[in-house]
Amino acid sequence: MIVYILCFVLFLVGIYGAITKRDLIKIILSISILGYSVNLLFILFAYRSESIYPILSKGKEILPMVDPLPQALVLTSIVIELGTTAMLVALAVRLFEKYKTFDITQIRRLKG
Amino acid sequence: MPVEIWITYILILMIIASIAALEIEDVLSSIVAIGVVGLGVSLCFLFLQAPDLAIVQFLFEIFALIILVKAFLGKEYHKTESTKLNIILTIVTIITLTSILIFSVSVFDLLPDFGKPYMNTAQYYLDNGARETGAANLVSSVILDYRAYDTLGEITVLFTSILGALSILRIRSQMKKENSESQNA
Repeated sequence: MIVYILCFVLFLVGIYGAITKRDLIKIILSISILGYSVNLLFILFAYRSESIYPILSKGKEILPMVDPLPQALVLTSIVIELGTTAMLVALAVRLFEKYKTFDITQIRRLKG
Repeated sequence: MPVEIWITYILILMIIASIAALEIEDVLSSIVAIGVVGLGVSLCFLFLQAPDLAIVQFLFEIFALIILVKAFLGKEYHKTESTKLNIILTIVTIITLTSILIFSVSVFDLLPDFGKPYMNTAQYYLDNGARETGAANLVSSVILDYRAYDTLGEITVLFTSILGALSILRIRSQMKKENSESQNA
């Protein structure tokens, strides 16, 4: 149970960064921390003690295997995180070109 | 050592690294600290018997580091002094999040214990996956056969996000071109 709580602490650190920081770089980093902690929590749910990875091979004795379903869901979620991170970075770079700052309190005139 | 203790150590390291990434002033240092967090996740996946996820997370981490360093390195901005109101708001946020943590500890009692998952649907996949789909890797049998519609939707989201990023960057290059043309004229 301690690992679940530590994973939730990591999630809360991400929320803290997204709320209190005014730097766009720090906000992007905290959003990726949120993604890491959620992915890790899924895989923690999937773990079964004294079991092996869910890949069959010839001549290997059949042992209990870990849950393949959350692994399949997280596999695509990681790739999507890369796409969303790239999109956030592109937006931040565009905002920096227009306003010459990453401080979100300085970015006011959001038009054009 | 059992897996749980390893993962506890790695998670504590990841929490320290993420706090460091959020608090360090220097941009490059915070990006490297976020790399520590991502590689810790990859190591946890290895301990939790998910080798293909560990490889994908490792690649993701390297690509993300390259993108972040390429985009943000050398772009300094003038940080304003933190006012009294900001410090008060930070303290209020920390207190609120700590109270959320304390109240939500009892929720984790309701979850299944670590190492004893509910395997109702997944046990069917484990028993029949190789026979019904012919895939030796049961994770890919779930992705590409049992949950293929989910994968289709997720690929749509990925495609849309990449399309968005590309179109945002393309507008920038067009504006640059127009600026240079107006300067020439």
